Amino acid sequence: MALLNLEIVTPEKRAYSGSARMVVVPGAEGELGILPDHMPLMTQILPGEVQVTTESGEELFLAVGEGFVEVCPDRVSVLTDMAIEEVEIDEKAAEEAVARAERELRDQALGGEELATVQGSLLKSLAQLKVKRRSRH
Amino acid sequence: MANLRDIRRRIKSVKNTAQITKAMQMVAAAKMRKAQQAALAGHPYSQVLDRVLVSLRDHVSEGAHPLLESRPVKKSLVLLVTTDKGLCGALNTNILREAATLDQASTVFVSSGKKGASFLARTGRKMIADFALPDSPTFLQTKAISKFCLEKFLSGEVDSVSVLYPKFVNTLTQKPLLVPMLPISSEAAQGKGEHVEGGAQYLFEPDADGVLDAVLPYYFHFSVFQMILDARASEQSARMVAMKSATDNAKGLVKDLTLEYNKARQAAITTELLEITTAQMALA
Repeated sequence: MALLNLEIVTPEKRAYSGSARMVVVPGAEGELGILPDHMPLMTQILPGEVQVTTESGEELFLAVGEGFVEVCPDRVSVLTDMAIEEVEIDEKAAEEAVARAERELRDQALGGEELATVQGSLLKSLAQLKVKRRSRH
Repeated sequence: MANLRDIRRRIKSVKNTAQITKAMQMVAAAKMRKAQQAALAGHPYSQVLDRVLVSLRDHVSEGAHPLLESRPVKKSLVLLVTTDKGLCGALNTNILREAATLDQASTVFVSSGKKGASFLARTGRKMIADFALPDSPTFLQTKAISKFCLEKFLSGEVDSVSVLYPKFVNTLTQKPLLVPMLPISSEAAQGKGEHVEGGAQYLFEPDADGVLDAVLPYYFHFSVFQMILDARASEQSARMVAMKSATDNAKGLVKDLTLEYNKARQAAITTELLEITTAQMALA
């Protein structure tokens, strides 16, 4: 069976590197499932959840931030500013971060870069929560 | 024979200096570890980014995005990355020697680091901006610099942008390197990323313009960030090595001076003894 060579990297570390049967990424146009022999594609991704089906059929969930995905027939590279595996997510910390970001958005008149930063971190925290909570149901 | 008191005074002052350089060496070593880690952590990411860019560059034509377009170079911009403080060996000298070879008339400079800025002012080169950065800069802070350069390029004020920085090879070696960044060419990203023969055109989602608009500036911002982190690692390594050799030199000096001091003391004692014996013999 054909496999994908998957790499998920952030500026801080290599979050995942190995083969996979399927990857689902939160593309700019909606969820995007990638199987081996996909045609070359380049797209942006939004903060959300990446689902990896590993070689052994295990399912892995990661919360990711903004970034890009490059797809080649045998290779998928995910470049993002955040990638946290489900088990590493601290639900409480994420909840606090959401509350803090919402408060900042509400109370302070932020402009330009600052606003974008706060909104970005809010979306990232929400993505973490989404990944963490789905695994419980 | 030098005066005993003079020698003692010199020994003391050299010892003090050694203590200071030793302390600076320790501080630099601690900072170096941090800076090196920061620089190395980003390597896998920038490698993948380079690879993506190389294959991307092969698939899209030059006219696809303003950042890919190469124009005849009339004015070029060089981002000069130096340190704020001295005492880091030949690091800045090497960088500035490289900067001095660039054509004065057609090059404008953007400086990050006080040493570079003062060099540009002293030699009367054209500097259009000077950015101050802390010891461990964040992506947002360096983005201000790269954004400035990007805007200059897009507005047509300059036709090329390159970065001159001390590349971190290892703790003992740092190499001044001039990297052409804009317009983005596949050569610029090549070297590390392996070449992928795809043949087929890329599919872009939602559309080519949107994706290129996001990827290309981001690539530039991130590369500059990575280079500045590299420069910081170089700075701390160079400082540590320079301070280590200063400490070693001071220790050698103390040893020599101590030897001289003991000789002088011995000579003084011998003279004194001689005087006493002579006086005794004269009396007897």
